[in-house]
Amino acid sequence: MPTETAAEYVVAQARARSFYERYERKEDLQHQTHFCPGCGHGVVHKMIAKAIDDLGVQDRTIMVGPVGCGVFTYYYFDVGNVQAAHGRAPAVATAMKRSRPESIVISYQGDGDLSAIGSAEILHAANRGENITVIFVNNAIYSMTGGQAAPTTLLGMKSTTTPNGRNAATDGYPLHVSELLSTLQAPAYIERVGLGDNKQIAQTARAIKRGLENQVRGLGFSLIEVLSPCPTIWKLTPVEAQHWVRDVMEKEFRLGVFCDRTKERTEKADLRPADPGSSSHPSVGTPDLRPVTPNPALEELPRILGVAEEDLPEGNAAALADNKAIDLEVRIAGFGGQGVLLFGEVLAEAGLDAGLEVSWLPSYGPEMRSGTSNCHVRLSRQSIDSPLVTAPNVLVAMNEPSLRKFDKSVRADGWVIYNGQEFPADCVRDGVHVLALPFTELADELGDKRAANMVMLGALLEIAGALPQASIDDALRRLVKNPRWVELDERALARGRELYRESLVEV
Amino acid sequence: MRKQLMKGNEAIVKSAILAGCRAFYGYPITPASEIAEAAAEFMPRTGGVYVQAESEVAAINMLYGAASAGVRAMTASSGPGISLMQEGISYMAGAELPCVIADITRGGPGLGNIGAEQGDYHQVVKGGGHGNYRTIVLAPHSVQEMADLTALAFELADRYRNPVVILADGFIGQMMEPVEFPQTATATHLPEWAVAGTAASRGNLITSLELDFDKLEKHVRALEAKYKVAERHEARAEEWMTADAEIVLVGYGIVGRILKAVTAEARAAGIKVGVLRPITLYPFPVVQFQRLAFNARVFAVVEMSTGQLIEDVKLALNGSRPVEFLSRVGGNVPSHDEVLALVHELARRGGVTQPTQEEERVANAY
Repeated sequence: MPTETAAEYVVAQARARSFYERYERKEDLQHQTHFCPGCGHGVVHKMIAKAIDDLGVQDRTIMVGPVGCGVFTYYYFDVGNVQAAHGRAPAVATAMKRSRPESIVISYQGDGDLSAIGSAEILHAANRGENITVIFVNNAIYSMTGGQAAPTTLLGMKSTTTPNGRNAATDGYPLHVSELLSTLQAPAYIERVGLGDNKQIAQTARAIKRGLENQVRGLGFSLIEVLSPCPTIWKLTPVEAQHWVRDVMEKEFRLGVFCDRTKERTEKADLRPADPGSSSHPSVGTPDLRPVTPNPALEELPRILGVAEEDLPEGNAAALADNKAIDLEVRIAGFGGQGVLLFGEVLAEAGLDAGLEVSWLPSYGPEMRSGTSNCHVRLSRQSIDSPLVTAPNVLVAMNEPSLRKFDKSVRADGWVIYNGQEFPADCVRDGVHVLALPFTELADELGDKRAANMVMLGALLEIAGALPQASIDDALRRLVKNPRWVELDERALARGRELYRESLVEV
Repeated sequence: MRKQLMKGNEAIVKSAILAGCRAFYGYPITPASEIAEAAAEFMPRTGGVYVQAESEVAAINMLYGAASAGVRAMTASSGPGISLMQEGISYMAGAELPCVIADITRGGPGLGNIGAEQGDYHQVVKGGGHGNYRTIVLAPHSVQEMADLTALAFELADRYRNPVVILADGFIGQMMEPVEFPQTATATHLPEWAVAGTAASRGNLITSLELDFDKLEKHVRALEAKYKVAERHEARAEEWMTADAEIVLVGYGIVGRILKAVTAEARAAGIKVGVLRPITLYPFPVVQFQRLAFNARVFAVVEMSTGQLIEDVKLALNGSRPVEFLSRVGGNVPSHDEVLALVHELARRGGVTQPTQEEERVANAY
């Protein structure tokens, strides 16, 4: 509740318009900030509010607040306010800016937030060149939580977690964020300023305004690091703390501009085509937020996504013989690179084309890259309960290890199509049919041994005997784009059918 | 309507864009990466944003930013990545921000493997982050449901201003099945609470911070009340051959498919068995369980975890019926034959469980 004195308080000094007139989100003492006497945050807040005023961007501004003493930015700034998790403000700001490119997004962070827990987020936001402005308030300590060491804590400086002073041997060295980020190629502007004396304060105000102005002009990522006093935790008077910034902190954290690409980008930005649809535009190191097709009409989306009904093939369901029961449960297995998955895809696609229910399930991941590969395919007139084929009625084994892995799972009266001249005698089982041929060599005779998968698929299709040829032809053309391969695969499929028929004659 | 063959992971993205999603922030991980790949292809072509984040931690916080700006946004990951996102999920639930997260699960704990497992149930359904919050969790069992439930997820996320998780296993993400999509895309509107960098939204604030104890309690109670509404209205389950079922098989995701295949075969052998497949894991379809308990002698949970879903089943049944359990983990899937054997065993026993020798030995030791 506001105190009586607070209720009677009248702001006499010029107030930035981008501050609330009264801090109504604050519980009490709504006429003053929560900052300690001599704290740098209040000064930095005022500079930001003044810069927002001067640039006329109050309505467009989104302030992303951190965790730490700066957490209550939304008490004070009369702008859009979002409070972020500890260290994550640059990630939040990234998405806000990308979502609303016209907005002016400020990520306000302390040194614990930015240089410790949020070190990844700030590094990558800077490296992506997000067109945001980061105000980094560095007081070399965790203040909100009571004075624990930060990455920015000076060597020898005592804190509650470095009671004997920071020791480089065990705690490392003070982290120089501005120098670190200035090694990147994307940032537009990085400057370190201080609040150590009036001259520094004046420069800080200029730098903060510049950081915001860069964003308004679309020049890219700006970071202003402000060396800022914390009298309470440092256990100094406000005046002593200010002097400590100038006399001690500044020795470790050199003031100055570490990166400035604004001039070259201003020139290049002027060369940008006015038409956002135009394809050529100079890279200025800031993300191109213009989508390739800016906001297409809703009715165009199904076509763009490739799911528009009118663009989908009609299929050849009419060509499917209606008197034949179809229940193919196929396991296809082989080495990676033998075309196991494509075999399955062509079969499943052809089944769908013929109006059947289908499923295709791969073994996925590094297995595919390091050796064996297999997939499960089902085709049925009925809806498919499980896509897992644990007891196939056709096993396609493109090598011996695959045969040995799956041969015992084949159902009675099922088929094994095996890529090999000799079918291993110990794999022969009563009631399981076998077609064993050197498919790789046979494909080689056709022109490329990599077509062995399609020769085997041809044999399977001839055995199953159900699918319309038109479905197979269309499926192949939809999945294989290279005309040379389509031609070869068509011959391979035909050869596979022939080989099966020939095997019957031999029997 | 014509269908097309598509991977579950790709169907999620296409459905999301049709549902008004215009932002994807993510980090690659097997077996979810196809979602990011499809988003990278289609988001920029449909007026959306795609960013590959530096980590899952950053990705979920980017979602926080996009949702704060009033954009329908999503991410996708798998177990280890979801673990990293828990911080952001808690913040989003606390700040009442909608988003959709797809978890295409893999084997754990730790790096585990990339096989399909259902070990993420606890971290997703019970909430792996801090504080009193829930996420709405949808569990598709087919590619068509990947599409349909994604659209529903965006609707529920907006309706409840809360993260919604699509919990699918690697199989559902990786498999291809025929799928069809709505031919009209959803038009979205800027929510009045969003911070959009406009004069109209200038007074808005997105935060999960509330210092005052009473105010935070009020906020948490309001969230609780919201979840109660969701519990009343959003619980969904599929029942399959349950009308006269004496044995009810329970499983979600790919397991639901296996249970149906087993049920079809067991029915042919004259066993009165059915399937209850939760589609929403939170809210849990408690009412369906209680209703089926009137007729069923026994429930059998089949799960690719050491026992996570089963806890909710037991809570729903509240001791009224015995609950059997069949579990495979590590990337292994309960086989058709294993489940069928359990069904035959339950039918033979008349639903009463006999303790195993090991259980008797342990019991006698006390």
